[in-house]
Order: sequence, then C-alpha cells, then structure tokens
Amino acid sequence: MSPAIIEFHNVVKSFGKQLVLDDVSVSFESGKTTVIAGGSGQGKSVTLKLILGLLSPDAGEILVNGRDIIRMKQRELNKTREKFGVLFQGSALLDSMTVFENVALPLKERTKYKGQEITQRVRQMLAQFNLEGHEDKFPAQLSGGMKKRVGLARALMLQPDIMLFDEPTTGLDPQITMDIYRLFFKSQKQFGYTSIIVSHDIPRVFNLADQVVLLNKGKMVTFSSPEDIPLSSEPQIVSFATETMGHIYSSKKMEHNI
Amino acid sequence: MISLITKLGDSFLYMVRDLGRMGLFLFSALLAIFSRPFRFRETVRQIRIIGANSFAVIFFISIFTGMVLGLQGYYTLRKFGSEGMLGSAVALSLIRELGPVLTALMVTGRAGSAMCAEIGIMRNSEQIDALECMVISPFRYLITPKFLATIISLPILTQFFNVIGIAGGYLAGVVLLGVNPGAFYNGIVQSVVNQDINLGIVKSFVFALLVVWICTGRGYFVHILRNAGFGAEGVSRATTQAVVLSSIAVLIWDYLITAIML
Repeated sequence: MSPAIIEFHNVVKSFGKQLVLDDVSVSFESGKTTVIAGGSGQGKSVTLKLILGLLSPDAGEILVNGRDIIRMKQRELNKTREKFGVLFQGSALLDSMTVFENVALPLKERTKYKGQEITQRVRQMLAQFNLEGHEDKFPAQLSGGMKKRVGLARALMLQPDIMLFDEPTTGLDPQITMDIYRLFFKSQKQFGYTSIIVSHDIPRVFNLADQVVLLNKGKMVTFSSPEDIPLSSEPQIVSFATETMGHIYSSKKMEHNI
Repeated sequence: MISLITKLGDSFLYMVRDLGRMGLFLFSALLAIFSRPFRFRETVRQIRIIGANSFAVIFFISIFTGMVLGLQGYYTLRKFGSEGMLGSAVALSLIRELGPVLTALMVTGRAGSAMCAEIGIMRNSEQIDALECMVISPFRYLITPKFLATIISLPILTQFFNVIGIAGGYLAGVVLLGVNPGAFYNGIVQSVVNQDINLGIVKSFVFALLVVWICTGRGYFVHILRNAGFGAEGVSRATTQAVVLSSIAVLIWDYLITAIML
C-alpha cells in the first residue's frame, strides 16, 4: 500500500443547516488515482475545495503530506498549493485571455521564464493537447472539450505532484469524454501525478480508478476496487451501485456467493 | 416577538461579519500594492478604462452642471443685486462639493458597476479559485490594479470636472446672461483659496478609495452575499448593492470630511 498523501480525519462540513460531510475520515494514496463518486449535491466538489484550502471544515483536520492545511499560514498554504494542479468543472479559464495567455499564465507568474522560452514551452504543451492553431482564440470561442483540454494543459504546465479533476467530463459527448480519458492516461503516464477525480460518469470513470471513494449522505466509504462496491454490507451503497453501475459489476458478487 | 428578535440579531451578526470581511478585504488589497511583481501594464489599462474612458461622461455632466449653476446662481444673486458674485458661487460649489461628489457618483455608475460585475463573474465561474490554486494572489493580480487606477483617475477627473464646470458656468452666466466677464473671473480669484482646493482633492481621494473598495469587494464576495442569489442574478444584485452602497458612502463621507476640514 502506498503512503497517504492526503488524509481527512473526522472532517465535518455543513452549509447552514445542510450537513455535507459528517465525520469523514479517508486517505488518498500517493501515486494512485482515486475516484470520488456520489450523487449530485453530496459534497464531492466541496471535498476538493477542502483539500485545496479554499474552504475550511467546521471540525476535523485535513493533512497534505502530513501537515494540516487548515492551520497553515498563507506562505505555507501557497507552498502546498504549488504541488496541486486543478481542472475545474467549468475549466475556469480566464475569459479575457486567449488560450495561449491562459496556458502561459502559471509560467509568467510563478517562474522566471521570459518571452521566447515561455512561448516555446506553451506551444509544446498545446501541441500535446492537440490545440495547435487555437492559440489566439478566447475561451468563449472554444467547445466544451477544448476548454477542458486548455484547462488541463494550464494545470499541468508546472508539472504538479497532485492533480484534482472536478467533473472532467460533465456536459461532454461520449467521444470527447473518451478523448479526455485518453489525455488523462497519457498525461499521468508522462507526469506521474497522483490524481483525485470527482465524477458523475459512472461506471466509465471507474476504468481510471485504483481506489474508489463513495460519498453518500455525508459519509465516505473507500473501496480498493470498483468491483468491491456491490459487495458492501451497507444496503444504501449496494442500491447506489446497482442503480448507477448496473449488472456489469455484479459478477464478483455472484462469484462470491457461489 | 422572539422570531423578530432572532431576525434582528441574525441581521446584526451578518452585518458585523460583512464589515469584518470587507475590512480584511481592504487591508489585503492595500497590502498587495506593495507585493511584487507589480502589474504596471494592467494598471495603465485600468486607468484607461476607469479614467480616460470616463472623460466623455464627465465632460457632459460637468458642463451642464456648471451651466445650471450659472443659470440658478444668476437668478438668485440678481435678487440681491450681486450678479458679480456668480463666478465665486459657481467655482466654490464645484471645487468644494459638486466636483468631487458628482465625479465619484459618475465613476461609480460607469466604472464601479463594471468592476463589480467583472469580479463577480470571475468569482462565480471559479476563475478566482483558479488563480488561488495557481498560487497567483487575486489581490495582486486583479484588485490592486483597479485600486491604483481608481485612486489615480478619480482626483484627475475631478479636476477636469471643476475646470469644465466653471467654463459651463461662464458660458451660461457671461455669454448667455450677460454677466460681466471681469467680475466673474475676479469673483473666482478673490474667493477660491488653497483650503478649498485641498478639500476637493482630499474628498476625491477618499471617494476613490470608497468606490473601488465597495465595488470590487461586493464582486469578490458575491458568492456569500445574503439574498444575492446565484449566477447572473447574484452578480446583478451585487452590482446594484455596490452602486447603492458606494453612492451612500460617498455622500456620508462628503459630509464628514466637510465637517472636519471646514
């Protein structure tokens, strides 16, 4: 088992009267791909924002490399965030900037690279994501799939250790979804990052997973593989698995019963 | 009765929290002015948007304000046979009060609302979160150029307002109504002193800070504003709030500064 890179200990988070995470303890292993699945409004995106320190929990601690992100000073929080790359649900591209400027932004702001060197690196990255010829377009002129590719290129520009994907394929057609998954495989192989993927795209997204975390009514349950989900002793989880994954993952249970 | 007290208490707590949040926002924005790298080009671009692009509006508002002052002043002063004091009345009204206040209100309506909407949309579409995740300070990157540009532009626009307004007063009073030009000019020279000009300049700096603080702050916190709603509606309500609050703040501070400095 790989060491945990991110750990939640008894984390509680609520918004007003709505309890989103209820005493959650879970760990995300280094070098692995963890998929966080669950219904809408269950707190999947909130989990990512807690990891990044964009939201604070009401109780509990969130450790990144053994350090509690809540108690970090701004400087240390920034150092920790440097390890992360994030692909947001809506890509979160700066809409007043072109594709080139968006992808170049981390290099311009966080490194000492100048003019020609930045241009060369950005062009190289855009080529890897099949975005050549679109450098001068603005986000509003791009399709959903292209925005995701630009967002991914920008997130990977500084080669992060951990990539967080917030609904990377929501709103995309099946073919573009597969393209995004291919890019994910290719980029993870190239950059070797740990990844946490929040997704609705069940069961397809499980093909990427080394570990699955199911989020249901504020509780998180970890499974070492998607096929273990229907074997859960929790009736709600079995019901969730049957509803979302259908019969393809029931074979192991049948085998187990025999 | 208990429900009413609960609601009042809740509103009071929200107001305290909101004030605290806005106070920290102002502190962070002012602190970010000194962080490097400084965004010189973006600051110049913002000066163009907030300052230079507001010039046409300021020109029309100021010339007609001056003309109305000239007209009203003429008919009032004529009752006392003091038409010669028209220059003094127009210049003092503009330099001390109307110049700084109307310029600030115009900049609030034209540029402040745009700043609030721009930052609000960036907040709602997670662009500000993206900046934070890339370890790019949203204060240094987005807010500071707007702060600096407004603090530089508004006092300059105010001076333009005063000059064009006085010209408007001259046009109405001297050219159209026949007041003696020498008396008009002499009235200005005799009555306007350094203290009046300083008062106008101090006001314009304070108003600039208030306008940019409230407008960018409302946009920045659009996601946690009470009763603002979400998405486009949230941004629209935050923008309305920003314009209303800025305008009220400008008028309250106008009174306070006048009371302190006069």
